[in-house]
Amino acid sequence: MENLIALLIAAPLLGAAVLLCGGRRLDAVGQWIGTLLSFASFAFGVVLFADLLGKDPEQRTLTQHLFSWIQVESFQADVAFRLDQLSMTFVLLITGVGSLIHLYSVGYMEHDERRRRFFGYLNLFLAAMLLLVLADNYLLLYVGWEGVGLASYLLIGFWQHKPSAATAAKKAFLVNRVGDMGLSIAIMLMFLWFGTFAFGPLLGGEGEPGMVGDASEGKLTAIGLMLLLAACGKSAQVPLQSWLGDAMEGPTPVSALIHAATMVTAGVYLIVRSGAIFNAAPDAQLVVTIVGAVTLLFGAIVGCAKDDIKKALAGSTMSQIGYMVLAAGLGPIGYVFAIMHLVTHGFFKAGLFLGAGSVMHGMNDEVDMRKYGGLRKYMPVTFVTFGLGYLAIIGFPGLSGFFSKDKIIEAAFAKGGTEGWILGGCALLGAAITAFYMTRVMLMTFFGEKRWQPDENGNEPHPHESPKVMTIPMIVLAVGSVAAGFLFNWQSSFIHWLEPITGHDHGHAPLSAGVITGATVACMVIGVAIAYGQYGRRPVPAVAPRGSVLTRAARRDLYQDDFNHVVLVRGGEHLTRSLVYVDHTLVDGVVNGTAASVGGLSGRMRRLQNGFVRSYAVSMFGGVAILIAATLLMRAV
Amino acid sequence: MNPVNYLYLAALLFSIGATGVLIRRNAIVVFMCIELMLNACNLTLVAFSRMHGNLDGQIIAFFTMVVAAAEVVVGLAIIVSLFRSRHSASVDDASLMKL
Amino acid sequence: MSAQLAAYSTSTGEAFQFWVLGTVAVIGALCTVFMKKAVHSALCLAGTMIILAVFYLANGAYFLGIVQIVVYTGAIMMLFLFVVMLVGVTAADSLKETIKGQRWLALLCGLGFGILLIGGIGNASITEFNGLAQANANGNVEGLAALIFTKYVFAFEITGALLITAAIGAMVLTHRERTERAKTQRELSEERIREGKHIPPLPAPGVYARHNAVDIAGLLPDGTPSDLTVSKTLRERGQIRDVSTEALNDLKALEQRAEERLERTAIEPSTFKRPEEASK
Repeated sequence: MENLIALLIAAPLLGAAVLLCGGRRLDAVGQWIGTLLSFASFAFGVVLFADLLGKDPEQRTLTQHLFSWIQVESFQADVAFRLDQLSMTFVLLITGVGSLIHLYSVGYMEHDERRRRFFGYLNLFLAAMLLLVLADNYLLLYVGWEGVGLASYLLIGFWQHKPSAATAAKKAFLVNRVGDMGLSIAIMLMFLWFGTFAFGPLLGGEGEPGMVGDASEGKLTAIGLMLLLAACGKSAQVPLQSWLGDAMEGPTPVSALIHAATMVTAGVYLIVRSGAIFNAAPDAQLVVTIVGAVTLLFGAIVGCAKDDIKKALAGSTMSQIGYMVLAAGLGPIGYVFAIMHLVTHGFFKAGLFLGAGSVMHGMNDEVDMRKYGGLRKYMPVTFVTFGLGYLAIIGFPGLSGFFSKDKIIEAAFAKGGTEGWILGGCALLGAAITAFYMTRVMLMTFFGEKRWQPDENGNEPHPHESPKVMTIPMIVLAVGSVAAGFLFNWQSSFIHWLEPITGHDHGHAPLSAGVITGATVACMVIGVAIAYGQYGRRPVPAVAPRGSVLTRAARRDLYQDDFNHVVLVRGGEHLTRSLVYVDHTLVDGVVNGTAASVGGLSGRMRRLQNGFVRSYAVSMFGGVAILIAATLLMRAV
Repeated sequence: MNPVNYLYLAALLFSIGATGVLIRRNAIVVFMCIELMLNACNLTLVAFSRMHGNLDGQIIAFFTMVVAAAEVVVGLAIIVSLFRSRHSASVDDASLMKL
Repeated sequence: MSAQLAAYSTSTGEAFQFWVLGTVAVIGALCTVFMKKAVHSALCLAGTMIILAVFYLANGAYFLGIVQIVVYTGAIMMLFLFVVMLVGVTAADSLKETIKGQRWLALLCGLGFGILLIGGIGNASITEFNGLAQANANGNVEGLAALIFTKYVFAFEITGALLITAAIGAMVLTHRERTERAKTQRELSEERIREGKHIPPLPAPGVYARHNAVDIAGLLPDGTPSDLTVSKTLRERGQIRDVSTEALNDLKALEQRAEERLERTAIEPSTFKRPEEASK
């Protein structure tokens, strides 16, 4: 059964290879090859899942050693895979949601000439992400990590003819590099201090403590912070969040893939996987929770002000990932809920993005929500699926988001002390804002009067429902959004499933679970009410009003790009300018000076070589005289 | 008189010859100065032969003469061909490696 | 004689001979270096070498003394003189130094080297002279021969090879292959007629009966020297002596004397001009 693990990765990798190397003759069937192989991978995942379920909870870790990659003295890197409950969860999410997005893309990209390449990239993305979650050591994980970065670069910039898309791809890649550097430093530190980076010996497991159990807290804090930096890059957490909004330049299925199943979840996976390190480094954990809390508010506020439907959803993603990171930072109390929210979020966010894509598909690729309005009559399936996703994300009782988010808020309070109150408060506030901006999106898009106008060519959009190939994945995801939370929570099945890997701790919440749930629901209702008051009862202006200071700031992503520009870009320019100056004056000065002095010296020495035999004879004769003098002197002494 | 004076004389002649090599430009004169130096050496060899009471020094001097004869033959031939090509017997004119 | 050679100090006669001839030898060496003309240098060197031959004899090297005179003074120095003639006797090179600082460096080196050598010899404890009485007992030539053909026979054979090589080398260096057939007298005369530039034989060098040397150009009627009269080799070497002004001055003096004798008025020197000067 272990041998199936490699096939999980091999299937989409084969798809990528075939599609990218196959050339034009595959243009007609390329999308189906990609989708088929993606579903094949999902099928392998289901088989493996069934196999795992049949075993004892303690025996559910499968490993597959493919080959020894690098072996130099004590340095040992293997290409080996580890499939345990955590990886399995991710595998199912990635392949399941990923396959649905493949299927959806078949319809969405139907008229794109380069769709064969697009599906190749999608498969590559899946393969890289699967490698990331299945790797048995940090080095192999890093390969997958970089592969995800590469695939995201290719996909975000897929419409490279648009300068904005090309720029966004570059931005995503560069920001990710910062995080990647954190991961590479963390791996180097691991090797330096522990001599290995394999999960087993390093992190322990199956009841045995790993090497990190004996390490000093300082070392673990350093490694933890580096891992956090890596997670910030991939999961778009403050301060490396700026690429996520621009990444919306890619085709909508890409956004769905990046935001739901892959990429942004990588950071959460890394933190949960490295739980043993963070558990032993409370300072690093605290930083993780702070980053999570800041990001969840940051993303929520940005999401409130965006008129671009995809950018609003992007802010929402940032915010939801903030929840997960916050939960992951809480330690064993939160790991399970971080993953649970990740999975439910995977369902409803994918559904929301696919719904947004469906709306755009019917509206001639218009993304401005102020030009939507009243679309529920024109695209009922999209409306229903989007609506279910909406209810899930705001935490409507009974739907998946309610269960997972409520648990995170509980866990935040359960951290205890002032920190617990602050974190819990932030999470509650975030829930209210989430309800507000999602209701805003919902109302502006599907309710009210129609606001679209003919464009300058006189083409008036004709909103229509998307084809079946697009709606079916949306329906499947909507069902998932509704049912996942309940399934996971039924008899605490998800907690029992993950507990052997991540451990679980109930903590001591200062408030009873009922009170917190009540507060969450109340916050949600307040958020919805405010949004309804603002956008439901009054007509939405077709041109955005100027808005308050906060709104304007939020529209500009809370000035993150300006901040980056002033601090990093300008600072970098100044740094390079001064470095260039130093290079020109000091380094070049030394080099040129050496050359010049050698040249000058040679110019002088050249005169000695005048070609006159007699001059040479004088030097010889003088030399002989000096030799004799030296000999006599040595004799005399 | 101590026969060592022959050595002093030889040293003097050798130095004069060496100086001549350095300050004269006419290749023939330079060559003559070299001969002078060789002769000074021969004088020392002969004086040493007398000093040690055996004939080896004279044998060496004899060989020196033979070699000097050969050297003069070749050297003068070189000077003649040099003069043919440059129309000058000055060693300074032969300061370039090509004509 | 043999008793004297064995002594720590030589006889008075040898001392006298050393001081007198030694002085002459040093003077000869200095003249070799400082004489302007190569011929003079060669002659001075020959003198020095003869004196050295005498010193060899005085030191008991009878064979070498004779060889020095025969080979060095007789053969090598004559070879030098031949080459000097071949290259040009009058090619007196000026002693003016052209390389900056060369002379002073050379003198400094020579002086320093001499002082060092003499100081070194003075330092060495050479007090005992064994003398050659025993070695020369059976005759100097026989002693040398015994050594050359026994102990040094291998070196001797090699020197023989060296001499042959040197002889061949000298021939190779000086030999010039003729690339074309030499023209005959007939061909030369025919060529002269065909060109029509100078049909009669070239004019002879020399001026009147005063200067008949080959390097003196004959004068044209107006008193200018004619290059045609001098051999091409000398012309190329630049070894032509110009006596035109001398001849004119002689002529002027002759006229002066004739006027004095015939009591005529002197011609104003300022009005006397040579034709080419008058034409300017």
